[in-house]
Amino acid sequence: MANYIQTVKNLSIGFKSQKGKEISILRNITTNIKKGETVGIVGESGSGKSTLALAMMGYVKHGLYTMSGECLFNSSNLLNMTNRDLEKIRGRKIAMIPQNAGQSLTPNLKIGYQIEEALKLHTNLNKEERESKISDLLNKVRLPSPDIMALRYPHELSGGQQQRVAVAMALAGNPELLLLDEPTTGLDVTTQAHVLELLKDIAKDTGTSMVYVSHDLGAIAQVCDRVIVMYAGEIVLEGPVRKILKEPIHPYTHGLLNSIPKLSLSGLPDSMPGSQPQPGHAGEGCSFYDRCNISVEKCKDSAPKLEYISEIDTSVRCFNHQELKINKKKNSFSNNINKKNIKINEILNLNDVSITYAKQSFLDQIFNKITDSNPTVKDINININKGETIALVGESGSGKSTILKSIAGLLKNKDGSIKFNQDKVLSSDLRNRSSDDLRSIQLIFQNPDESLNPNHTVEQILSQPLKLYFDFKGEELKKNIIQLLKKVRLGEFYMGRYPRQLSGGEKQRVAVARAFAAKPDIILCDEVTSALDVSVQAAVLDLLNNLKEDLGTTYIFVSHDLAVVKAISDRVAVLYQGRLCEIGPSKNVYQFPSHPYTEVLLGAVLDPDPDIKPKLIAEDIVEEKPPENGCCFQGRCPRILGDKCRNEVPPWQIGENGNSIRCHISIKDLKSQQF
Amino acid sequence: MENRKENPKNILSKVLEVLSTMASKPSGLIGLSILFFHITLAITSPWFVPYDYKAIDPTLMLQAPSSEYWFGTDSLGRDVFTRTLLGGRIALTVTFFGSLIALLWGGLLGIFCGLVGGKIDDIVMRIVDAFLSIPWILAMLLIVSLLGTSIEVLIPALGFFYGKGIVRVARAATHDVIAKDFIASAKARGHSNMSIIWNEILPNVRDAILVEGAMRWSWMLLGFSSLSFLGFGVSPPTPDWGLMISNARGLMSFAWWSVISPIVGLSSLIIGINLTADAFAKALGIDRSTKAPV
Amino acid sequence: MFFLIFKRILLGLITLFIVSLITFVGTEILPGDACTTYLEREAYGAALEACYKRLGLDIPAYERYLSWAYNVIQGDFGYSLSGQMPINEVLGPRIKNSMVLASAAIIIGIPMALILGIITALWRDKLPDIIISTLAIFSMTIPEFISATLLILIVAIWLEWLPGIVIVPTDVTFFELLPNIILPVIAIAMIMTAHMARMVRSSVIQVMASDYVQMAILKGVPYWKMVFKHVLPNALLPAINVVALTIAWLLGGVVVTEVVFNYPGLGRLVIESISNRDLPVVQALAIILASIYVSINLIADVMTLMLNPRLKTLQIRK
Repeated sequence: MANYIQTVKNLSIGFKSQKGKEISILRNITTNIKKGETVGIVGESGSGKSTLALAMMGYVKHGLYTMSGECLFNSSNLLNMTNRDLEKIRGRKIAMIPQNAGQSLTPNLKIGYQIEEALKLHTNLNKEERESKISDLLNKVRLPSPDIMALRYPHELSGGQQQRVAVAMALAGNPELLLLDEPTTGLDVTTQAHVLELLKDIAKDTGTSMVYVSHDLGAIAQVCDRVIVMYAGEIVLEGPVRKILKEPIHPYTHGLLNSIPKLSLSGLPDSMPGSQPQPGHAGEGCSFYDRCNISVEKCKDSAPKLEYISEIDTSVRCFNHQELKINKKKNSFSNNINKKNIKINEILNLNDVSITYAKQSFLDQIFNKITDSNPTVKDINININKGETIALVGESGSGKSTILKSIAGLLKNKDGSIKFNQDKVLSSDLRNRSSDDLRSIQLIFQNPDESLNPNHTVEQILSQPLKLYFDFKGEELKKNIIQLLKKVRLGEFYMGRYPRQLSGGEKQRVAVARAFAAKPDIILCDEVTSALDVSVQAAVLDLLNNLKEDLGTTYIFVSHDLAVVKAISDRVAVLYQGRLCEIGPSKNVYQFPSHPYTEVLLGAVLDPDPDIKPKLIAEDIVEEKPPENGCCFQGRCPRILGDKCRNEVPPWQIGENGNSIRCHISIKDLKSQQF
Repeated sequence: MENRKENPKNILSKVLEVLSTMASKPSGLIGLSILFFHITLAITSPWFVPYDYKAIDPTLMLQAPSSEYWFGTDSLGRDVFTRTLLGGRIALTVTFFGSLIALLWGGLLGIFCGLVGGKIDDIVMRIVDAFLSIPWILAMLLIVSLLGTSIEVLIPALGFFYGKGIVRVARAATHDVIAKDFIASAKARGHSNMSIIWNEILPNVRDAILVEGAMRWSWMLLGFSSLSFLGFGVSPPTPDWGLMISNARGLMSFAWWSVISPIVGLSSLIIGINLTADAFAKALGIDRSTKAPV
Repeated sequence: MFFLIFKRILLGLITLFIVSLITFVGTEILPGDACTTYLEREAYGAALEACYKRLGLDIPAYERYLSWAYNVIQGDFGYSLSGQMPINEVLGPRIKNSMVLASAAIIIGIPMALILGIITALWRDKLPDIIISTLAIFSMTIPEFISATLLILIVAIWLEWLPGIVIVPTDVTFFELLPNIILPVIAIAMIMTAHMARMVRSSVIQVMASDYVQMAILKGVPYWKMVFKHVLPNALLPAINVVALTIAWLLGGVVVTEVVFNYPGLGRLVIESISNRDLPVVQALAIILASIYVSINLIADVMTLMLNPRLKTLQIRK
């Protein structure tokens, strides 16, 4: 008992529905956190992982209540403590690092004040000591010039900086246990890798126990010693990180791991059917029964108990876990993508495209000229061939979505031209495009909640392009809608549903169906899987790939997720600050990254494997604007040559593997410098 | 996620659905019942009131409530009960049609401004702001005193002055919708502007505007009865609660009954409309408590 | 930031200019002018012409607007038709009396609204909230003239605690006025408090549900410190504008309340001047009331700008 810092016993938390029914979000959670260890809690959205983490601080959100059980910290139950007693534990013994620090820092208070507040509450330092401690803390989380930082308001910092401030604030009280609730979700890949590195170092230096909540198995793999997997409010699997991530003995975890695209494996990830039951909708039996591929008769009616297997120090909630076959060390996903040799048959050509968001001044408006020497997106030259999937990757601010919008005609390009079918120049003004051109290019958005009209039924949503382009009516229209729904694997009964009645994955399927309704030649996919859970993401990727194989559509696929891009794309274009850095066949770009930025990006990607470590070779400074002169990556480049890079725009060079890069250093020299 | 069995396809079933959501909470149910009661009363009261509302009888001045005259009589000997039953008819009619006018012009102008944006939007909103800054009561009094107090003047005048707040709401709602991806999606598909406005924008701003209209109704009723209280509303001998309160006010030290019954009538109607508007907003998922009553 | 404030002031002036145009054009296009309405049946022939000449109505409308506007900018509203005296003299004491009434209502109303709003938000869905919120709905929906009438009936007539009707000359001293304003102030403050308390409540509830308040709790910040440091500054900031709009909107309510209590303020002047068709006074009142509205909103805007750290640093960053 002595070496447990926190013990959760039979914890159930839930709410009362409007009809007075008790609905549980957490069901009978029992687990321990040992001193000095880092435990990961993994699950998809709605699995109850954040509720569990908050309960470990004795905090239950408004509207929820503890139905049974206790959270013991130093053998006192946090859940029936008075607020006054909790105030002495929160921040001092147990501290929280929240998801989305930008919203978790009080907007009207300076950074320094917010850290000092924690120091005042939880330490006996005097004013001067507190001030130097603030500097220490900000230094510890590697924020530049801490004294200036302390005087800033939260909105003046970048996302990564805000997250570091939250870490500093949590460390202020020297807590024995740190709870981290999705601390890196929403950050760029390189920033995420740096923040994780920092957290790992802190755990090592201070010996603090950590509970790391995340949906991202890649992050979990990097920092955790032990992993708890949650599904529908229950723990389904718990054990050492290598056992869980390498030889999972629960079918859900197994499926989840297989649905994550990985840099080390080629091909599309396997998808899991169905979706997680909503709170209160889980049946009598195993909550994973509907989606399980090794289920037996018994699973339907009786729920399995969490069973401890001592040989592998793992607890599992499954009757049939011995049946689960674990494929040893896969080299590729079973669902391998069929990458044909694409013929050079150009369908779209971006020629010197520049786009600016800068507002024209009044005088310039009169003379009708745009005077932005440093536009958001500049000099984009890409040829896209019929039937290929080309991906645009980059971090936030790389201009990837801007380019997509410009192709769709939603944003005017400042310079350059976009040619369709070799010789037809697409007007930058939507109104001047012919109906057939409009039909040929369709767009799928990131967030289906925003891209589907909440007041339209699925039938209405799908009938819009069908009516507009093909003038279908009556029975014919209906027949086509049903056909479309079938294509995206949705039943006919979905026609009458509103978007709010669909799950996230179903909504995105409808959005896909709407794009395909136009029988387009090109589909622009703007972060189409970023808002989805991994198991759903895999299914949508699979769907997109099947549709493409059937119909020969060309995809332009924008994403920040390099592993997703690797899985689906034939060719990759890497963008930084609105400038193209590298472009080439994805196989080669991933295998032999040439441009320093590509190398930095790929190095920061986290695989859900504790034995593959990220390589951090550049700082994660956020630049607000691309540099006026020289190479766009000069600010962060680990291989910068000096004035040449600062003053001259680097030339294109073509490597032997077919990738072109824009760098002053020759490809050969770059290769020899890489690890 | 609630899985409603079938989608309400026609408007009627949608209305019924909203009504049943409204009635599912006690405050909404009370509001709806009061409103229903008043509307029924306004429509049917002429057929069952016990006395003639304008029959003056000097011998019956200021009688206390009795079995014959339930709420007593007023200073001209008219039956207060009869006049109270009839007193909401004009107010309801004027404010109902006034709100419709307000809804129509305010909604249309607001959507227009939200759509065009830019300079035109700026100029129109400046003018709307200027109209907002003239106290409505001053403007109304001026119009009524110069043009008279007929219904034909009151309805459009009230409709105009209460519509300027709707312009703002409709404009803000339109701005919100325009930024959504489904509009970008429709644009990229190449739908005509009219079709985008009709299919994509209107259905999504409709709720906000309707809720605003319902609120305007209760405020307009307040404004209208204030006008008649000040003697600038309907002209005597038409029974009207505001006017009745104003007339009976001076005598209330010895004939309080003649002021209480119109007060109960008017207050209950305003509270009824207000609760209904609140429940309506909640049923459509719109929070109205953060808005100023302008 | 100074640029932003300057811009707000400029917009306010533009609004006032449009108001002056609207009132001038409004009184111009409505049937009848000052002379026909004032002389009524005798409005023909020589008398009418003499009147036109005296009031300067014989010159073109735009010239009259310009000279009127010029005088107004210098603080001169011209002559009242019915009182036959400078409008400034008519307005002076009335403005003072109305200011006393309105400021008393605001001084009582705003703190009350804050306290009630915060209480209802912090004890959300518990007994204090249910009671106060129900009362608020009643007091904000019932028109001022009804609550005022009921106040007179109960406090002045039945209980005989305070004078019901104000019977004082226009130019009374402040202390003579004091007992008379208690009931009118209550009548105005009631409705204002209810409106503002409701807005404060929902604003506080919104902030209480925010991530940063949850974070403050998890940091171990004591409850009341959390309320005062983390919740209120952020909840009250957006409420400032709404409060200003509510106050401005209640100008109309002040008119009605003044009539009920026979209070010698601007409100009664509105009724009197309109009943007398005293159009110059009406124009003056429109400009004055609109200026009050514009300045209240301006003050609210400037306060929001000064208090909002986001806007404060806007200039530094760009």
